[in-house]
Amino acid sequence: MNKNKEQLLNKRYKAEQRFRLYGLSAIFMALLFLTIFIFKIFSTGYSAFLKTWLIVPVTFDAELMMLDQNPSKEDLQDADYYDIALKSMADLDPNANEDQENELKRMVSYFFEKEIKNELLNDPNLIGKTKEVYLTASDDLDQVFKGNYPRDLPEDQRRVSDYQLKIFDQLVANGKVESKFNISFFTNADSREAELAGIASSFMGSIFSILVCLMIAFPVAVLAAIYLEEFAPKNRFTDFIEVNINNLAAVPSIVFGLLGLGVLLAIFHLPRSTPLVGGITLSLMTLPTIIIAARASLKAVPPSIREAALAMGASRMQTTMHHTVPLSMPGTLSGTIIGLAQALGETAPLILIGMVAFVNTIPGSPMDPAASLPVQIYIWAESAERGFVEKVSACIMVLLGFLIIMNLFAQIIRHKFEKKWS
Amino acid sequence: MNLILFTFIVLLGFTSYYFGRKKAYTIQSTKKRLTALPQFYGYYLAIWCAIPAFIIFSLWAIFEPTIVKLLILSDYSNQGYLDDELNLLYEKSKALSRGQFTGEITPFIEASAEKYLSLRSIAQSSKVVIVLSAIIASVAYAYKRISSNSRTREPVEKFLNAVLFTASLAAILTTVGIVFSLIFQTIDFFKVIPLFDFVFGTHWYPAKAFVRDSSEALDPTMYSDTFGAVPIFAGTFFIAFIAMCVAIPIGLMSGIYLAEYASTKVRQYAKPLIEILAGIPTVVYGFFAALTVGPFLKELGTSMGLEVSAESALAAGGVMGIMIIPFISSLSDDVITSVPQSLRDGSYAMGATKSETIKRVIFPAALPGIVGSILLGVSRAIGETMIVVMASGLAANLTLNPLESTSTITAQIVVILIGDQAFGDPKTQAAFALGMSLFLVTLCLNIVALRVVKKYREKYE
Repeated sequence: MNKNKEQLLNKRYKAEQRFRLYGLSAIFMALLFLTIFIFKIFSTGYSAFLKTWLIVPVTFDAELMMLDQNPSKEDLQDADYYDIALKSMADLDPNANEDQENELKRMVSYFFEKEIKNELLNDPNLIGKTKEVYLTASDDLDQVFKGNYPRDLPEDQRRVSDYQLKIFDQLVANGKVESKFNISFFTNADSREAELAGIASSFMGSIFSILVCLMIAFPVAVLAAIYLEEFAPKNRFTDFIEVNINNLAAVPSIVFGLLGLGVLLAIFHLPRSTPLVGGITLSLMTLPTIIIAARASLKAVPPSIREAALAMGASRMQTTMHHTVPLSMPGTLSGTIIGLAQALGETAPLILIGMVAFVNTIPGSPMDPAASLPVQIYIWAESAERGFVEKVSACIMVLLGFLIIMNLFAQIIRHKFEKKWS
Repeated sequence: MNLILFTFIVLLGFTSYYFGRKKAYTIQSTKKRLTALPQFYGYYLAIWCAIPAFIIFSLWAIFEPTIVKLLILSDYSNQGYLDDELNLLYEKSKALSRGQFTGEITPFIEASAEKYLSLRSIAQSSKVVIVLSAIIASVAYAYKRISSNSRTREPVEKFLNAVLFTASLAAILTTVGIVFSLIFQTIDFFKVIPLFDFVFGTHWYPAKAFVRDSSEALDPTMYSDTFGAVPIFAGTFFIAFIAMCVAIPIGLMSGIYLAEYASTKVRQYAKPLIEILAGIPTVVYGFFAALTVGPFLKELGTSMGLEVSAESALAAGGVMGIMIIPFISSLSDDVITSVPQSLRDGSYAMGATKSETIKRVIFPAALPGIVGSILLGVSRAIGETMIVVMASGLAANLTLNPLESTSTITAQIVVILIGDQAFGDPKTQAAFALGMSLFLVTLCLNIVALRVVKKYREKYE
């Protein structure tokens, strides 16, 4: 009998331990996913911050450029750089036939003509001389240099030919290939060529959308929260508003995209693909989040503050505006920032209002067509070219960086400025 | 132009605030008692400045284009043009006046464009005159009216109250806007496609509707077997089901562990770390699912001799499940911690172990809240877009095999509406009909879930 009891107890203890283990492994799993995730993004993305350059000697032959003696600045602008650009690439292999010369040309980005031109514009004394110029490598060679390219594939399945690889390896052996920090990733707009594509346009698009979103959502949400928390009579109508807000907070984001499409674009005829429309759509989405946060922080202000102000003869409006609202601001602001961080990562509604269009200019105002960072991630992720994979990861890193900064900022505001009552 | 006027009005507002306050000080200096603080006299005047400006601005925005259009088209009124042609003429002259017109310029259009420009400038200058005179009149009137015993605080506070109330209507307006934008397109859609075909049809192939030449008349028979939403609905719930299979066990168990077992230190670090998963944008999950999980599952399947699509429902659903873990773990953690300690103590006193207490006492007590959190998770899974668009297929297969690709409501909306779309096309309307069904389903789930959670909270408060 006693033995039975002991066995039973043992069994129960074992069950206890197993249960505990399940819980622990669940947490472990969740954290494991997070780690894999972040590791994967960083390991594929960090290389996009480096850019591969080919160092090619260029002879600035005045005759080939169709330049006279003592050319002016305008002459230099209008000169023909294509021939010298082509020639300097072809000179990499003196024995190249015509096809091979073509292949040599494709080892650098189509931008190479401009890069050579800029070199000369910077230093007009170069005419007639030879100088080594840094040229952006084509995205495939960029990947080859970073070791992401399957070189052992049969030649007809590769976009890089054996000949190009041979020349490239020679250049590498001579130290004529260099990897430098990729500034153009941050200053260029989107491009069809992976080696030239940058995040500047989508970044500005994101900034503009978030600003529009902030300017609309913050005042409206704070005012609404003040009304609902401090002034609203308790009746059916205010209950209805409250249910409405809670529901809106859980409506799928794509529905807001349909709202933007069906109302803002189709009825009000606002300009398509612009951060203005994107920002308005996002502001409708973040409105409930900010209202809920602002209400919570208004609620957290102790009634004694209100009572003291009222006892001193302040009106209800004065009490609210001079005492309750300023005290609730830290909580409201941190809630706002978190809401904006959500809006910053939102993709689906922006796709529906046309912010997926290919934009190769940097927008200067909210009325110019633009993409946004998450949409840029989507656009690049759908591209087939190998060079875009690391760009996507790098763009994700930039986006995550911003989200982390915003969330940290929200935490700091909350911990530093929020009064602890009691 | 408008911006300058607007800045000017704001400046006027500040000046009238200043004058109001100054008048109050003057009254005060004559040893008369004021009925409100001097600032309120200033606010009072500023409001008298803002209201007429606001009213005139909005009236102008509503009526100016219509009146200008009427005036321009009155030139063409007896030349027997159709309404559509008149509209076109108007748009042409508008474009020409902005210098954006590319077509052939006829003298008629040029004349209209000039007229349009002159009308616009007349409208602008008259607007400036009217707004400014209205403001000055109303501020002067209000300035005259304020005296030592006039009430200024009450009207100012009433006005503020009205502003606050209007702001709180924004949430309702948004809901109305959502319903409004969905319902008309949906109704138009069901005029062409019978509701029965949509709800019970098993073939979803919207691209077929797109091939139609726009000049052809609508032929309803063309659309039979095109917009049957069963595969879409099935795919949506199937992927949501897979997601919940991942999210419920992991989320619930970590919620329980965090609430009952974890030391404060573990809790302090583990909870925010898990919540990071909820803060990662969904497009990032989509990229992860499409680029890492999908190919990994395909390889794994091939090595076991299984046919796995690179865009399998399993990859999309699994990654979506990871995304939902924190929603379930946080909410169930909250729910479990709010179960009163007395229930635990009672159970321990009876000799139950911790896990027995959790399973037999706390879990049943917390069940409504947990169900609520799961329902919210399901609603998230159904409404999730980017993961599905990027990682699952875009062709609607009616299948229950997690290794094949399926499509969802959200993915189809994106597929249909990406790029330029023509309103009035059944394909576009189909997207809105799908959006409507998505909105209704998630609305029901949310209402039930929020109500359950609220009821539960009240029980133990």
